Amino acid sequence: MIHFAFIMVLIGLFAGIAGAILGIGGGMIITPILTLVMGVDIKYAIGASIIAVIATSSGSTIAYLKDQVLNLRVAMFLEIATTVGALAGALLTGILNPKFLYFLFGALLLFSAYNSIRKLRSKQEVLHRADPDRLAEKFNLDSSYYDKATKQTVDYQVENIPGGLSVMFGAGIASGLLGIGSGAFKVIAMDTVMKMPLKASTSTSNLMMGVTAAASATVYYFNGSIKPHIAVPLALGILVGATIGSRIMQRMTAKTIRIIFIPILFYIGIEMFMKGLR
Amino acid sequence: MNDKQKNVSEEMNDVEMIIGKILRIGVIISAVVMGIGLILLFVTQTTGYPANTFPDTFRSIFTGTIALKPYAIMMFGVFLLILTPILRVVVSIYSFWVEGDKLYVIITTIVLVILAISFVFGIVTR
Repeated sequence: MIHFAFIMVLIGLFAGIAGAILGIGGGMIITPILTLVMGVDIKYAIGASIIAVIATSSGSTIAYLKDQVLNLRVAMFLEIATTVGALAGALLTGILNPKFLYFLFGALLLFSAYNSIRKLRSKQEVLHRADPDRLAEKFNLDSSYYDKATKQTVDYQVENIPGGLSVMFGAGIASGLLGIGSGAFKVIAMDTVMKMPLKASTSTSNLMMGVTAAASATVYYFNGSIKPHIAVPLALGILVGATIGSRIMQRMTAKTIRIIFIPILFYIGIEMFMKGLR
Repeated sequence: MNDKQKNVSEEMNDVEMIIGKILRIGVIISAVVMGIGLILLFVTQTTGYPANTFPDTFRSIFTGTIALKPYAIMMFGVFLLILTPILRVVVSIYSFWVEGDKLYVIITTIVLVILAISFVFGIVTR
């Protein structure tokens, strides 16, 4: 029992660090590790990964709020689309074919992986436009953060709010219907679609994914999917890992984060595509 | 940076500080409860429940926690952890309200209402 718990803490530690840096809950990574390596039943693996998303979110958000990296207004504004999407996704269970969604989202992830490579090559991280976006101005979404890696305050503007809302709605449907945290989609909505800086995007995604996951977590909690001896050591490891990760991330350059993010996008994208094929 | 933007970013700092503090307390409490349950599990070498079962209703977790059963305390800690993001939304509403940012009080309240709906939905459709 102690041996098993120790391994869970270690997995959590690693998942927490990676999740906090990349703005993802790691469900697509934790679930296969638990089922394939640790021999955990898929039902309990999904339950544990939902708790993992919340632990990553809450552990990392403390530092991101304190150091003002994330954008609270963007988070709450987009959270409307995500939570409505999550509710719609839950209602659509049994009506919409999940295969179709796996295809669609797999394709979206692969597209943004490609887009990220292009962004990496262009070396342009922050968008500065001559004329501000009307909606962004109306909803006070433009902001700034202090980048500890470059030791500069970065002012940024966001654009294409309707596009961001649409992807967030899709991300919500994915979490409601497929039971995934969909942190990767949240990062895509902000980074790729709304042109928010990557660090602001991943930290804001961290705050948001906990809120989205909390809505569906209660379902899993009361239907017996959460086994305490799996979820608790995992969550404790993640809380520590996410706290460490949120400090490391601020000292990393956006370029480094993007380089780590690209293979993860490819991995999750291909995995979703394969699920659509099956 | 014009005056309006400056104002927004300054009041943002206060909001984020308040939410950060409350969130930290919430996370620490849930971690401590989960930790106590886990340690108790190791020390007593019993889950407090028959093999392969664990409490998953409000009542059984509550009574089990009072009876200091390790699995019940662990589940209680997990429940507190699930509440931390909801706490984050509630505190955000309060902080936006203190700042007089009506628009974001409305936006964040909408988020909370949708969360409440999905919470009820989750319990009802089970």
